[in-house]
Amino acid sequence: MLDFTAMTLAIGPELWLAAAGLVGVLLGALLKDKFNGLSFKYGALALFIAAGIAAMTYQGGEAFNGLVVTNTFVNFAKIVSFVVGGLALVMSEGFLKRHETARYEYALLMIFASLGMGIILSAANLMTLYMGIETLSLSSYVLAAFHRDSARSSEAGLKYVILGSLASGMLLYGASLVYGFSGTTYYAGIAAAEPSVGMMFGMVLMIVGLAFKVSAAPMHVWTPDVYEGAPTPVGAFFGAAPKMAAIVVFANVMFQVFGDVMDQWQLIIQIIAGLSMLIGAFGGLTQTNIKRLLGYSSIANVGYALMAVAAGKELGAGPLLTFMTLYVVTSLGLFAAVLAMRRQGGMVEGISELGGLMSKRPWLAIALSILVWSVAGLPPFGGFLGKWVILEAGISAGLYPLAIILVLASVVSLGYYLRLIKIMWFDEPTERFEAIDGSVTLVVLASSLFVIVFMIFFFLLSGWSDQAALGITG
Amino acid sequence: MGGFPILSALTFLPLVGALIIMAVRAATAGSSASANANEGRTALLAGLVISGATFLVSLAAFLYFDPSTPGYQLVEQHVWYQNISYKLGVDGLSLPLILLTTFLTPICLLASWNSIHTRVTEYVVAFLVLETFMIGVFTSLDLVLFYIFFEAGLIPMFLIIGIWGGKDKIYAAFKFFLYTLLGSLLMLVAVVYMYITAGSSDFEVLEKFAFDPHVQTWLWLAFIASFAVKLPMWPVHTWLPDAHVQAPTAGSVVLAGVLLKMGGYGFLRFSLPMFPDASHFFQPAMFTLAVIAIVYTSLVAWRQTDMKKLIAYSSVAHMGFVTLGVFSFNEVGLQGAIFQMISHGFIASALFLIVGVVYDRMHTREIAAYGGLVHRMPVYATFFMLFTMANVGLPGTSGFIGEILSMVGGFQASTWAAGGAAIGMIFSAVYMLTLYRRAVFGQITNPALNDLKDMNRIELVTIVPLALLTLLFGVAPNLILNMTEGAALRILSMMAGG
Repeated sequence: MLDFTAMTLAIGPELWLAAAGLVGVLLGALLKDKFNGLSFKYGALALFIAAGIAAMTYQGGEAFNGLVVTNTFVNFAKIVSFVVGGLALVMSEGFLKRHETARYEYALLMIFASLGMGIILSAANLMTLYMGIETLSLSSYVLAAFHRDSARSSEAGLKYVILGSLASGMLLYGASLVYGFSGTTYYAGIAAAEPSVGMMFGMVLMIVGLAFKVSAAPMHVWTPDVYEGAPTPVGAFFGAAPKMAAIVVFANVMFQVFGDVMDQWQLIIQIIAGLSMLIGAFGGLTQTNIKRLLGYSSIANVGYALMAVAAGKELGAGPLLTFMTLYVVTSLGLFAAVLAMRRQGGMVEGISELGGLMSKRPWLAIALSILVWSVAGLPPFGGFLGKWVILEAGISAGLYPLAIILVLASVVSLGYYLRLIKIMWFDEPTERFEAIDGSVTLVVLASSLFVIVFMIFFFLLSGWSDQAALGITG
Repeated sequence: MGGFPILSALTFLPLVGALIIMAVRAATAGSSASANANEGRTALLAGLVISGATFLVSLAAFLYFDPSTPGYQLVEQHVWYQNISYKLGVDGLSLPLILLTTFLTPICLLASWNSIHTRVTEYVVAFLVLETFMIGVFTSLDLVLFYIFFEAGLIPMFLIIGIWGGKDKIYAAFKFFLYTLLGSLLMLVAVVYMYITAGSSDFEVLEKFAFDPHVQTWLWLAFIASFAVKLPMWPVHTWLPDAHVQAPTAGSVVLAGVLLKMGGYGFLRFSLPMFPDASHFFQPAMFTLAVIAIVYTSLVAWRQTDMKKLIAYSSVAHMGFVTLGVFSFNEVGLQGAIFQMISHGFIASALFLIVGVVYDRMHTREIAAYGGLVHRMPVYATFFMLFTMANVGLPGTSGFIGEILSMVGGFQASTWAAGGAAIGMIFSAVYMLTLYRRAVFGQITNPALNDLKDMNRIELVTIVPLALLTLLFGVAPNLILNMTEGAALRILSMMAGG
């Protein structure tokens, strides 16, 4: 018999999102174009409610004979993902309206993508994991190509789907190898199985697939292209919600499934992390498109986050959540600032367009500067403490070379972050931006406030994440 | 005391003031262009009032400070995150530097009265924010808190150089920022390691914690990477001439007056007491670098054609004396190093102001463009002479005390190092007197100089206090030495394993 209480406790948010998504499809079919305007509020509301459900069922549970098992660790990630996903959806409406692509499918795709995020976070079985990843990926491919009349957007979608399918294939092949050598697809069963060479092969292939999803080097190549080509609000969504979910899933798989063979994968993760930091730092230096730049910045930041994964479950789980929360909020704010770059005749994305922002729109410039300093990891903003906990975890685990690479990469990446500041503050003003939607301004201000408030009250954020990490360690 | 958090008030008063100025500006935004000029003046005035009030608060802290008690005083502590706390306090090492900071900031703002015309409000805000971070560096008694202030100070300074600087300001600002940041981030790794190993980032815990001698070497190197750039020591000094030349006058003043002192402060606060074994191990290397800095950069200064660059190189040389004094590991040397930092804070600041005076009139810093200034600007020539002599280290000025004490300390530790430094002192006379002769004496060759007016009242107000203090501390050095004695002895006893 189906136990509804257990199901709700375990995957309440996903059940809600699936229902909300299907109702949305129905509404779309009935109301047709009249649903377009409403759908954004509907979708955002659905995501916020999902976050609320995740908060209410924070302790998690087990359902479907152990196909899904949730705990505080993944529920923390769910709450953050759904909230930033909802905010990304709120920001999208004005943009899409101006581009005359404000169709209800957009909001529904975001709901389904979030459903996928929820499933991969809840998964305790390789099949559930794969199903969730495909739900997330397929929605993402379509979202990236949502401006189907734009060659750039279609190109981004096509690149994403081809490379993404390859990665999914690797993941699936790895999963089947693991299954073949351990005889089970349950996380707990694999963890208990005798490690064998074949299983390690499968593990490496799975790492490749997951690294693609989080855009870690050397599986990062799609990131700048997709960030640049996809409609800006979609980029904001990719940079925030799925990023948080995917990296926590990555950690979850490494910690829960392969936790006992950490000596086998720790070096691999270290190399991936170090490469991501360096490629993210050096790759961004010559970019002139701000969205590409943010793409490289996200590669570097994923590298920092993976350092926490390489530090292992006990040391890394809490810092990972802290760092990623700070990062995705900042990333969302930065993309919101890109959305604010609008001139007569459309959006602009060149970095030089920010010229003289300080004299034209001082508050936006200050908020954006705070976000840039924070994502660069400089005090006195929250990003610094995000980096601090990562370093603390890494150094406790004895990852000294990676710590040195982290600081060197930080200095190099400062090269492009400083360029943003320079253009905003030092350069002569270019033409003034058009007024932007209130929701976008709100997100920029809110996320810059977030990094200041959680600098001062950092113990709150780190306390929450450390407590959430107990879900898998304690 | 009544438990009033005087150091918190001191640290954050400028920041609060800056926020108020920004809020007022936002409320009155959108007014006409003519109002903008007034707005700038009002903002400068407000900045002066706020930084003046900060100075008064720091004087109050000075009055509550008891120089006869070693250790930290006026301590405030609140737990912030895990074992990191918000902990402030002062001792005989940090208090003089705090007073120097709060004293120089109003002078900087005053010196900008006639030289900054664009985006004045932002300028004032940047300076006040910078002041908070500078004071915070000296008041924090927690390594993480210290690091936050230490690195955060880069942001306003980057903006000050980059927005209000000279022709190559962008290059200079980037160089300043990235150079300093690379050093700081290496220190960050060491800070994290120390925090994990000692289980706390409290200064007092770390001072007592005995780090493994092998590990000390690495930690010491990581800290030196940061402080050597900041001080700056040869060969990582190359950012300084660029930053100084491109920065506006007040930026140079605060850079030479306070920011460089953070390097020396770091040596005394961290390198010596926390890593005594490594400090002993590296003493010969530091002496060598100090002597190279003193001799080599003095020679480089001699060949400069740009006044600000000359003074910048002379700063590097004078900071060499600080290194020499610090690493002599005796009371005289330490006292001399601290004194030299304070004294250089006055003298270098004054010299930059003096260059600023003629730069505002002529818009060039080329020495060759001047000559014969004494005929047109006698008052100016007098002050220029005073500070030239102080920079050379003439007895009767504070420069003499700082250099002689550092040298005596250095002599006790290594005759050769002190001998090298003495040669450097001769060179300092060579380049300063050359500068003075070429700029001030001789006949007027550049016709543009004929219309020069002597120093105006605002310029006098900025220079006179510095001149008085330079002379005062030159004849009565005990005013500072009494304050710093306890701190110097405490550092030495911690090095000895106390």
